[in-house]
Order: sequence, then C-alpha cells, then structure tokens
Amino acid sequence: MASKFSALLESRYLGWIGLAIALLAPFVTATNYSLSVMTSALLFVMLAVGLNIVVGYCGLLDLGYAAFFAIGAYTSGVLATRYDWSLLATIPVVIAAAVVAGVIIGGPTLRLRSDYLAIVTLGFGEIIRITANNLEITGGPSGIFGIPGITIGPLDLSTPVAFYYTCVVAVGLAVLGASRLGRSRLGRAWRFVREDEDAAEAMGIHTYKVKLAAYIAGAIWGGLAGILFGAQLTAISPQSFTFLWSALILMAVVLGGMGSTPGVVIGAVFVSVAPELLRGVADYRYFVFGVLLIVVMIFRPQGVWPTRAAERAPRKRRTTKDGPGGPGQSPQDRTVEAGS
Amino acid sequence: MSTDNTPLLQVQDLRLAFGGVTAVDGLTFAVQPGDILSVIGPNGAGKTSAFNCITGFYKPTGGSVRLDGEDITRLRPSAVAAKGVSRTFQNLRLFGELTVLDNVRAGMHLRMKQNAFDALLHTPRYRRSERIATEEAHRWLDFVGLRGDRAAEARNLPYGEQRRVEIARALARGPRLLLLDEPAAGLNHSEKQELLDLLHRIGELGVALVLIEHDMGLVMQVSRRIVVLNFGKEIADGTPEQVRNDPAVVEAYLGTDEDEDSGPQAGTVEEVQ
Repeated sequence: MASKFSALLESRYLGWIGLAIALLAPFVTATNYSLSVMTSALLFVMLAVGLNIVVGYCGLLDLGYAAFFAIGAYTSGVLATRYDWSLLATIPVVIAAAVVAGVIIGGPTLRLRSDYLAIVTLGFGEIIRITANNLEITGGPSGIFGIPGITIGPLDLSTPVAFYYTCVVAVGLAVLGASRLGRSRLGRAWRFVREDEDAAEAMGIHTYKVKLAAYIAGAIWGGLAGILFGAQLTAISPQSFTFLWSALILMAVVLGGMGSTPGVVIGAVFVSVAPELLRGVADYRYFVFGVLLIVVMIFRPQGVWPTRAAERAPRKRRTTKDGPGGPGQSPQDRTVEAGS
Repeated sequence: MSTDNTPLLQVQDLRLAFGGVTAVDGLTFAVQPGDILSVIGPNGAGKTSAFNCITGFYKPTGGSVRLDGEDITRLRPSAVAAKGVSRTFQNLRLFGELTVLDNVRAGMHLRMKQNAFDALLHTPRYRRSERIATEEAHRWLDFVGLRGDRAAEARNLPYGEQRRVEIARALARGPRLLLLDEPAAGLNHSEKQELLDLLHRIGELGVALVLIEHDMGLVMQVSRRIVVLNFGKEIADGTPEQVRNDPAVVEAYLGTDEDEDSGPQAGTVEEVQ
C-alpha cells in the first residue's frame, strides 16, 4: 500500500496533478483577494524553483536572491513605463540583464567557499535595493507606478482571472524547465559539484563554469518572475525587495526539501499562503507561522518532501530471457527507461 | 600521437613544498603506454602529493608533467582529466547522495552530446545521449563486477562495492592513464583477488595504470615497474625483482639497526639525506 502511494508521489504524472490543482483552484474560490493570494503563491513557486537551482542542485548558498527578482522587475518596469514597451517584449532584455547580473556577482565570488559566498550575496541583495532607492530612472524610494498588464495583441491578460491563468502557464513552464535542467547533463554536473567539488573536477567537470551556469540559470528564473511581479502589482518600489524576500524564498526551498522540485513547490505555496490563512489569529500570525516552521524543521530536517536519489528504470536488459518483470526480479530489471 | 620513444606520462624533477616542508623533492619517472607502475613508500613519503601534482590538484613548485609530450603542469584538474588522465582518491570520494549510475555518468560528462536547450525541450538528441550514457554506465559497472543496486544511493553500498564504483567512474572518463590511490585499502582477501583481476583487465584495455599501494603482495604481482619514494625523494625505480632486493628500499621500510631507538622513520631521515 505504502509503495503504491510513494509510487504515485514519484510518478511522472505528478506535474500534471499539480497543474490540474492550479487550473482548478479558481473554481473553488475566485474572489479578487483569493486570486491575488494564489497568483502570489505562483510567483513564489517560480522564485523558489529558480533559487532551488542554485541552492538545491548546486549547493551554493545565496542570501540575496531577491536582487535578481528586483533586476527583472525594474528592467521590465522601466522599459514598460518610460519607453512604452509591452511587457512581453521586455523578456529578452530581462533575460540579458539577469545573465549580466549573474556573471557580475557570480564571476568573482564563485571561487569563494560557500560561507563567504553567502555573505557576498547578502551584500549584493542590499546593493541592488539601495541602488534602486537612489537612482532617478528607477523612481527612487517611491519606485515605478503604472506598469501595464500583459497583453498579447488584442488579448488583455490583466484581469485577475486571466492574469492568474497566465501565471499558471508561465510558472508551469518554469517549474518544468528547472526540473528538466536538473535531470540533464548540466543538472547532474551541478549535483556533482554539490556533493564533492574535487571529485567533479577529477571527472573533467570545470566546476567554476558549472557553478556560474547555475547562478545564471537562477538569475534568469528570478528575473522572469520579476516581470510577472511588476505586472501583478502594477507598482514596484525598493521596499518590495528587502532581505525578507530572499529569506522567505530560501525558507521555501529548505522547508520543501532542497533539490526536490515537488518539495520546493509545496514549500513555496506554504510559505506564501500560510500567513494569509493565519489571518484569523491576527497579530499572532507571524508568530504562529514561525512556530510552524520550527516544528517542521525539528521533525523533518530534510524538508517536507526531500529528494530521494533513485532511478525508476535503470536498465533495459536485452539479454534477459526470463520474461517480463516478475516480483522476484532485481531492481535493475524493473521497468523500461524513465525518459522514454 | 606519441612516437615510440615519447612516454605517455613524463614526470620530470617534480617538486612540491608547503612552506618549509618539502613533500615531493625532485621526482622523475616515466610511464609508457600500457604500463602498470606502482608508486610505493612509507607513509608521508609524498606519494599522494605527487598524484595531486600530476592531476592538477596541487600546483607543483618546480618541475614538469608531460602527457604524450604535452606540458600539463599547472593545468586545472578538469583540464588534466579532459586530456585523458583519470584518478581515484585515497579516501573514497563518491557522490554519496547520488545514484550509483549517476556517479558513473560523471565520467561521461565531457562526452555527452547535449546542451541546456536539448534538456529543456527533451529533443531526440537529449534522449539519445541519456540512453547511451545509461547503457555505457551499466557496461562499466559490469566491467568492474558491481553486485549492488545501481539505482540506489552510492553511500548505501558496502565499502568494497563503493571502491568498484569509483573505479568504474574513473574508467568512464575514458582515460589513457589511470591513477589509483590505494585501491586495495580496506578490502578483504577475496576482494583483493578480484581487484588484481580487474587491474589486469584494465591493463588489457590499453589503459596505462599507476598505483599507489601498500599491499606488497598485490604490488609485486601486478606491477611491471615500481617507483619507491621516501621523504619526497625517489630512492628506487625498477622491476619488482630489482626493487625487492634494493638495500635502500629495505632500509626505508625497516630502518637501520642503530636507529631503532628513535624509530625507523626518524632514522631514515639521516640515512637518506
């Protein structure tokens, strides 16, 4: 019974189940408030899977992830409000800005050991926020107003429901993309670096380049989430990108289970939705939230849904003649290949 | 390609000093294609330091390392590995939380033909390269005779099996030269016999082998040549027969009579230097 359940949890339909839940949620509750909470949760999911590339896959502690989020939001916001670009047209520029930012921060710092890296990224997050606070083009402390909604030709996607579904599609693709990268040659290289940098080097893996790739990928995910963030709120300011954001995103990753896509998605939904659900306890809600987090970490230090390294279907046995998968077979013979 | 007289690996006057301590002191030896060479010496003789210099993990303070005539001194480890030099570590360095298969796939990283876009879009190229990598990983695990579960985390395997996985991973790199740092350490008698057989089969693949090993029985059986180090210096280089009867080697291992009070190692300092 238990194995059937865990097989379901590891099935490849898991992504479809998650997508179905996201698509059906507005049929349960579709007030403007609940749609806004759910949209925020989706953005959080996107940020968390992006940070998961850096922290979960590659093992690099990043305490300033909100900086990339801010860079994406400001780049698209400035282009859309001052130069009348449509938000979709800003995507390539945001990606380029995120890559540049990833290289600038990652380039000199990724040679550092993990704990130093954490401090530098913490500083980077603050630098970006304070820069936005002081530049003219970013609107200084009051930020940018009047960011338009997303439109595709005549199609206006800025109503709460339409924007929610836009986010479902965008975030769904982001989750799928991150998880596919994680299961590729590059994703394995990230994990090799996380597990043992020297051994990875000995296998010919240029660990510095691989770490930089993780950083850039994380920056792109964060930057793209920034576009959606600006479109959702229509206004952004430096206060939107404080250290608390970086900390909450990191919390989502750690809480859910570092390196595990379903875990990180659940962690992100929990971290963003729980404070809203706890509005009933009013002033104590962040206190209760904090206690909940501590309890989870005590009883599930590896995260709610940790990764479990196992391969569903390691081997096609061409030489085996003793018929299809009986119960007595060794694990190698179980089923056909996972990817096929 | 090399001409007949260019050795596969030429270590020339290699020196490594940490502050005032000289770990490797003018080491010179050559490995021919298909050679099986052992580097032996008492603990602290500089064997692993020499390995680390050859593979780029330490930057030697002097001397050169040439692979097939090409200078690879001071290249970063991944660049040395890309040239076809593979290694294992003295203390197992598997990717413990990853599956056995993934560990072996690490060796194929440089040869896998897929990029990030193939992975994002799951193109046919991605599927093909993943399938080929999986099949090849199984072949290497078959080659080293792994019995354990290949789909499970590597850290859950017994110690001897983990050693095999590490060798399979190093072979998957497709090396011309394989450096094994104490492959027999911690193995029981029958596992050592299997290792001996495995080393011969690796040699038959045309891969040149350099071993650091303390198990003299194994060393004498498998090696064509033996280099003996003591205090970073080479004190002998020859066939197993020659090395066994070399008085300097006997002295390095056993010390001399008059120094026994102060311990054999302290004694040999004065004798050798």
